[in-house]
Amino acid sequence: MRQDEIRNFSIIAHIDHGKSTLADRILQLTDSVAERDMRDQLLDSMELERERGITIKAQAVRVRWKGHELNLIDTPGHVDFTYEVSRSLQACEGALLVVDAAQGIEAQTLANAYLAIDNNLEIVPIVNKIDLPQADPDGVASEVADLLGGDSAEVVRISAKTGHGVDEVLDAIIARIPAPGGDPDGPPRALIFDSSYDQYRGVVAFVRVVDGSFSTRDRLRAMATGTELEAEELGFMAPARTPMGRLEAGEVGYVITGLKDVSRLRVGDTLTLQERPAAEPLPGYKDVKPMVFAGLFPTDSDEYPELRDALEKLKLNDGALFYEPETSQALGFGFRCGFLGLLHMEIVRERLEREFDLDLLVTAPNVAYRVKPPHGDWVEVHTPSDMPNEFDEVEEPYIHASIIVPKEFVGTVMELNNDRRGSFDHMEYLSEERVHLTYELPLAEVVLDYYDQLKSRTRGYASFDYDLAGFRPGTLVRVDVLVGGEPVDALSLVIHRDNAYDRGRLLVEKLRQEIPRQMFDIAIQAAIGSRIIARETVKARRKDVLAKCYGGDITRKRKLLEKQKKGKKRMKQVGGVEVPQEAFLAVLNLNEDKK
Amino acid sequence: MSGAVRHLYVHLPFCASRCGYCDFVTVLGREHEHAPYVAALLAELELERGRLAPELETVFLGGGTPTLTEPRALARLLKGLPPAGEVTVEANPETVTPALARALREAGVNRVSLGAQSFRPDLLAVLERRAGPDDVRRAFHTLRDASFDNISLDLVYGIPGQSPSDLEADLGEALALGPEHLSCYELEAKPGTRFTHAHGAELARQAEAMEDYFERVVERLTAAGYRWYETANFCRAGGPVDGRDLRARHNLAYWLGRDYLGLGVGAVSTVEGVRWRTTPRLAAYLAALGQGVQPPRELEPLDEEVRRRERLMLGLRLDEPLALGGVAEAIDHGALERLERLGLAVRGGDGATLALTRRGRFLGGAVTVELLA
Repeated sequence: MRQDEIRNFSIIAHIDHGKSTLADRILQLTDSVAERDMRDQLLDSMELERERGITIKAQAVRVRWKGHELNLIDTPGHVDFTYEVSRSLQACEGALLVVDAAQGIEAQTLANAYLAIDNNLEIVPIVNKIDLPQADPDGVASEVADLLGGDSAEVVRISAKTGHGVDEVLDAIIARIPAPGGDPDGPPRALIFDSSYDQYRGVVAFVRVVDGSFSTRDRLRAMATGTELEAEELGFMAPARTPMGRLEAGEVGYVITGLKDVSRLRVGDTLTLQERPAAEPLPGYKDVKPMVFAGLFPTDSDEYPELRDALEKLKLNDGALFYEPETSQALGFGFRCGFLGLLHMEIVRERLEREFDLDLLVTAPNVAYRVKPPHGDWVEVHTPSDMPNEFDEVEEPYIHASIIVPKEFVGTVMELNNDRRGSFDHMEYLSEERVHLTYELPLAEVVLDYYDQLKSRTRGYASFDYDLAGFRPGTLVRVDVLVGGEPVDALSLVIHRDNAYDRGRLLVEKLRQEIPRQMFDIAIQAAIGSRIIARETVKARRKDVLAKCYGGDITRKRKLLEKQKKGKKRMKQVGGVEVPQEAFLAVLNLNEDKK
Repeated sequence: MSGAVRHLYVHLPFCASRCGYCDFVTVLGREHEHAPYVAALLAELELERGRLAPELETVFLGGGTPTLTEPRALARLLKGLPPAGEVTVEANPETVTPALARALREAGVNRVSLGAQSFRPDLLAVLERRAGPDDVRRAFHTLRDASFDNISLDLVYGIPGQSPSDLEADLGEALALGPEHLSCYELEAKPGTRFTHAHGAELARQAEAMEDYFERVVERLTAAGYRWYETANFCRAGGPVDGRDLRARHNLAYWLGRDYLGLGVGAVSTVEGVRWRTTPRLAAYLAALGQGVQPPRELEPLDEEVRRRERLMLGLRLDEPLALGGVAEAIDHGALERLERLGLAVRGGDGATLALTRRGRFLGGAVTVELLA
């Protein structure tokens, strides 16, 4: 294939604006999928993706249209995977920007459009769902044209659902998106934009060949990680794997590596030949670090080995997942896991519970902190209870938040952001009705329930996206919770000093409600270091009797007591106090209750 | 042929109306079935007689409302039952007439358990009881006049709307009658009853306010000289003149883990490591015994481990220390030490017995759960 007959593109869109449906139609129209194999949203292969209607893992499919080879590179559709999206975009020369004709531009539309512009992509704007009764194709087309600085006549209007206009999209890809322009004879370089794990063949890398060419059996090297491997098989997806002896400059395809550990081949890394290495890797590689952490504990401590095996398996397909064993005196053996963000955490948790049938206790999420102890070097802390009592300085991660809301909700969104220690950055009207706000916010203020609050305060109209802005100094303290005089490590939290009293009071109050009364008084305290900042008491029960017990009642009463005994055995013991598992989740709901 | 069971329970399910809080097996009206039912009971007795010892210690007629049973049928039943040292009949106040009292006395009944529940008309109405406070007093005196010298009163506390002074007044009224024995039950909202449907939410709301009612009951009755011998039961302590042990001997048999035989619909028996419950359906019961065969029953084998747990659970309800010998394996000894430190349990007799302290008895259920291994 000549390079000028190749087009590489992605589809980018806000969630539910129709990205996957458009991808399906493209596959159908180009006869890439037999009718009987057509399932909705073919590219989203995981059960969970299909159910949530979002794409988690990117993949690439090759189709043919009017003598051209088109490579569709699917991108993950959520904020947590911005880095993966940016690598997918880097593998392309153009992008289809899909906007819902009824919804208009949303936060991820903007985020994705800016990412595409940053990657110098040619953007083909598309207004989708023009067949909906509430659609406003002209209005949305002009919104999109304003955003991209183009002419609204260039916006392709389609209904991916019915297939209307999809052929125009394919024509526009050939006409408007440039052909790849790498050096076919230079030292080979290929960008890894995704990978997956095949249980029989090991790690499969999805690559865009930029310069030179690669052949089966070539000895390869990943330039950033230094991993060396052999290309056991090369090919492209159509959408099933189709082996080829060779991948050339401009082409998109896969490489079967036989590697057993997905983390040895990182998204964004550059593959080259060991024999004829390139001098420079492709730009933009980043070692993505998890920013949100939570403890995962099996509800039944006997399930610890199952949890470990399940995490190992998930990790094979998810290089961004981080985990290490954690022992909590309150919750027993489990794992401290790191995630790219909240959705990532939610997905991992759901997959563990659904695909591996595990019953999990997940502690309140926290962010990574950087701490400088006296006379020591900076360290990164992933667990509140690991935060030293004394430190000179502490830093926490901040984000750039981008929020689009109807103008009547601007006040309430500003109020929420102020409550969350946000600092206002910028405000702009996208149209007469809709406003784009940008803020800087501590990530810690976002991880608990920010998104839920934003949605509920704007009646679901707000859309939200963010990217990391780096670490900033903070005025933070560690608040410990003591039950019966003993600290409960799983309930420690790191928080802004100004909020410590309120949060501490709320936390002990909540725990007082969650911990059942027992045979003795139980003190519940919140403390900063050795200073108690809040205290509640769970009063001892005064009676607990089964009123009547005669000949006919004995079996039933015995079973009742045996059942209570079993219930007690499931509770976690902290300093002789039985604490139900719900209590550990109490921290999660604090903000909701405050409302 | 004779067996070793020395305690007999007879269930008489008939009631004039059904109280909302009750979850016993009861049958409304159907007077024409009283005679056939008694015949069936006596037939069942014949089938089971081989299990009974030649001399019984106790017989207990419970219900339902045993005293509602048609008088001739009741007389036939009492005549057909084997004699025993203690023969108790449960009675609802409105059914007690001088004729009934005389008939019971003549038939060998020597103890009556009178379902008073409360002396407040409004609270009796909440419980859907048919008798009023005057009925209770009148029934009590009628029984005394018939020379019953062992009368027990049932009281219920924790009734929706019952204030602390209502409770004190009820206890005062009961004490004024001078019964030999008192059973005081906290009202239970049993799942599925009409009462729970109507008052469950209210009961839950007032639970905290009524938390100390149990203590009030115990304090008042023990101050009046009654012995708190079981979680919910009190008896007059034997005085110097008449040193009778006025505990309910029949019920004591349950709490001590003795074998007992139950006759009638829904009655439970426990004999030699097997517990069974006879069908609660009247028609099925009558049909089987009409043909001279055993009515359908549900069997529950009790292995040694279960019996140990039951002995522990039941034994801890009593004021007398429990011998640890037979229950040691059912006990979590770490828990026992914790409970001793908390002042809820005490070991005595060089560690051979276990008793709960006063506070431990108030928390008897939780203490038992804690103790179970």
